[in-house]
Formats: sequence, C-alpha cells, structure tokens
Amino acid sequence: MKSQDKSVSAMADPAVGEAGKTGDWRDLKPVIDYGKCIPAVKNRPACYLCWLYCPEGVVKAGIRVEIDLTYCKGCGVCAEECPSKAISMVREEKGHE
Amino acid sequence: MSDVQIITGNQAAAMAARLCNVQVVAAYPITPQSQLAEILSQYVESGSLRAEYVRVESEHSAMTVCISASTVGARVFTATSANGLLYMHEQLHWAAGSRLPIVMCVVNRGVGAPWSIFNDQQDSLSQRDTGWIQIHCRDNQEIMDSVIQAYRIAEQVYAPVMVCYDGFVLSHTMMPVHIPGANLVRSFLPPYKPHTILSPENPKNINPVLLPNPRMSAEGILCDGYMEMRYKLQKAMEDSREVIIKTSREFADAFGRDNGGMLWEYRTDDAEVILSAMGSVAAEAMAAVDQLRAEGIGAGVVGIRVFRPFPKEDVARAFRKAKAIILFEKSISYGYEGGLSSELKAAFYRTDIHAPVHDYIVGLGGRDVKARELVEAAKSSVEAIRSGTPEKHTSWLNCITE
Repeated sequence: MKSQDKSVSAMADPAVGEAGKTGDWRDLKPVIDYGKCIPAVKNRPACYLCWLYCPEGVVKAGIRVEIDLTYCKGCGVCAEECPSKAISMVREEKGHE
Repeated sequence: MSDVQIITGNQAAAMAARLCNVQVVAAYPITPQSQLAEILSQYVESGSLRAEYVRVESEHSAMTVCISASTVGARVFTATSANGLLYMHEQLHWAAGSRLPIVMCVVNRGVGAPWSIFNDQQDSLSQRDTGWIQIHCRDNQEIMDSVIQAYRIAEQVYAPVMVCYDGFVLSHTMMPVHIPGANLVRSFLPPYKPHTILSPENPKNINPVLLPNPRMSAEGILCDGYMEMRYKLQKAMEDSREVIIKTSREFADAFGRDNGGMLWEYRTDDAEVILSAMGSVAAEAMAAVDQLRAEGIGAGVVGIRVFRPFPKEDVARAFRKAKAIILFEKSISYGYEGGLSSELKAAFYRTDIHAPVHDYIVGLGGRDVKARELVEAAKSSVEAIRSGTPEKHTSWLNCITE
C-alpha cells in the first residue's frame, strides 16, 4: 500500500517527473540535425537558445545537445527558436495509444 | 479586564484585528473601502500594531497579498465591501482552495450598477460558493467577538472566514462595546500554525495543476486528484460547524458573551410565528417581536449567524415549533427569491417543519428598515395564513412595485 496524500491543499515536492511522464502527451517529437546544430558544428558551448526557451527544462546543453523525450511534451518551441533550423518536429508513431 | 467604549462597527473590527495581533494587513485604500482599513493603517503607523501594512492597487491584489502572507505563516487581515469584494472573487476561491485561515471583514453594501454606497447584503451573499465561512453580525459587540473567534475557527479548520456586518447600520453607528483585555485574547487565540511550513530548504510546488484522477508523485505518494481536493474542502466546511459552535461556547466561558454559535434565538420558547434574518435586520426583528407580543401574537426571532456552512441541523431544531416563518432578507437571487429562503426550505426537507415561509426583500441599497414595518409585514402574513392562503410570492417591503 502506497502512502496517501495527507495534505489539505495541493502541494508537491519539486522533482523530475512530478507531473508524470509528460512525454506521453506528445504528438510531434523534436529531432536534431547535428550537421546544423551550432555547438555540434563549432565543437564548443554556443547558442543554446533551445535550452533557454524550453518551457519544460528538458534540453541538456552539451556539445551534443540532447532532449529528454521521457518528459518532452512536443511543443516545438525549440524548433521555432533554433537560428540554424537544426530541429524539426516529426510526427510520432502512435504505438502507445 | 475589559472596558466599555462607545465605538463604530469599523472601530470594533479594527480593535479586534489588533487584539488578534495580525501580522500583515493588505487593503485597497479607496472606494469601496471603509474606515476600517484607515484605522488599521493608523495603528501600524503609530506602532500600536506591529504589522506589515501593504497598500495595493486593487482588491484582487489585496487578497493575493493575504494569500501569499498566510501561505508563509503570517496571520493576515483585510477588509472590503460591495464591488471590491466582487473584484476579489477569483482570489476568494484561491484562498479557500489553498486552505488558508485568512480573516476578512466584509462591510456589507449594495452592488452596482446602479452605483450605491449604502447597505444591503448582496455582496457577501454573492460569494456563497467560494468555500469561505460566512459569519453575519447583529451588532458592534458581535463584530468584535466574531473577529476574535474567526481566527480561532479559521486556524483550526484551515478555511478562510468572512466576518460580515451591515454597512452604515453597524459600520458607522456607535454603540457601547466591551473591549477585551489583550492577555485574555492571547490566551484564547493560540499562535497560527500553517498546515505546511515553507522554507528554502524544503521547497514546494504550491497548487500545481491537478489532473482529473489521483496519481503517483515522483516520491511514490498517491496524490489527490482535483475532485479529492474539492471533497476535502467540502468536508472541512461541514466539519467546521462543530468548531464554530465549540469556539462560540468557549468564547462565552472566557469572555462572558454568548454569540450563539450557528444561530441565536430571541423569545422563541413558546413562539408560533418566527421572524428570521441575518445581520442587523435580525436585531431589528427583536424590537418587532416585542411589539407583536404586546399585540398578542406569540412571535420570536431566529437570527442566522453563520450562512456557510449552512446550519442545517440547527435550523431544523430552532424552527421545529413554528406555525409561520417570516424572513427579511437584504439580498435577492435574481429570478428566484432571497437566498436565505431557498436555504431554509431546503434544510426543512424531510423534517416535520411544514410551516409556510414568507420571504420579504427589505432594505436594498440602504433603504431604512423600521421595526414597525417588520411588525406590519408579519401581521399581514399571519393574517393571510390564518385566513387560509399560506402561499405568498416573495414580496418587496416598502418598495414601489407597480
């Protein structure tokens, strides 16, 4: 038996995945073309506008930018903001429906 | 030690808030505000109340400040009236949903349009379903007493409380009021303990989006869905009745004044005709009852003190012997009838109370309500019921209707 929520008002401890696996909500997934992505092309930390604008904080700003698809909701803000058009939003196969 | 001062309702409310050692007062300082907020600002300025006084640009923000301050553990107070209360409406739901023990005085006034600065109870009655406890005061002493009780109730049940009193009739009228000693109030009112302690070491997401169904949190706790949270608020409001009654009783023991808990009665022991109302009209009805009794009509008064939670069990007991029930209401639910009338009739469902209920809308927008007008209305209702016409459409007392 899991412990029950005793709080009288809605409160939660901030944690990764606090709102569940929100990647389930996604219809389109971001796919990065590393041939265009600025840090990958320059091989040094640069740009990171996708990381800055991502409303979910699921972009990892490395030399190789990575997106955590477990929680990415597929909003497409990263693709919209990317100055080198390195991110495209691709329809996902609906395996989980 | 208590001393007696001749003060207005607004002064009584301000003194009570000071006695309760409120720590944050947020108020919109201009129309439709009352002198209450001004008196409190003087207390803070002079140092007789050690509180943060936050002047805001709207009532919506006043309640927002109260919500924030209460969330981090401060005892907070605010006051408003009429359209200011309506402007606060969204944040009233937010305060109740966050289960914060905020106490607010509502100086009851008519709602625009057309504009009015005078008294009726349309403002607070329009907030019926916000999850706030609503206490209606009959006189200035009860304002003083109810504010003190309100904090104790709110901080036990974690629900906000509106202490409502009639604008001008009480807010600007001077009456003798017993001012309780600070030590007595301090011993009656323990310090506020918030239901959740917030600190930088233990951060919380406050009121995150809740989905339709309960779900497992990242820590493996089954978290309530939206409906479970709504149920908890409803349960707290229902359970608050006992806390309100107990608080009123313990207040009577400590301070020597009994406000009656959920409702109060006057000369009802052998009464066949019961006049009922909320706020100062109920006090006026006591004078009407004295006059009716002098004319041989066995009348009494049931003053409804708490409107939410509605005193269902209490009215079923208080009205059980009534042959006629006559209501005087300072608000109207447009397209139906006075709010109290609907609530009372619903409370009588499947009880043995089958007495006719006659509903009079009175005193909207400050029109004076005199005891002799209540006497005349009661007599005409009694006469109609005796002559075999118990049903009566909602009537507007002392109003040109054709």
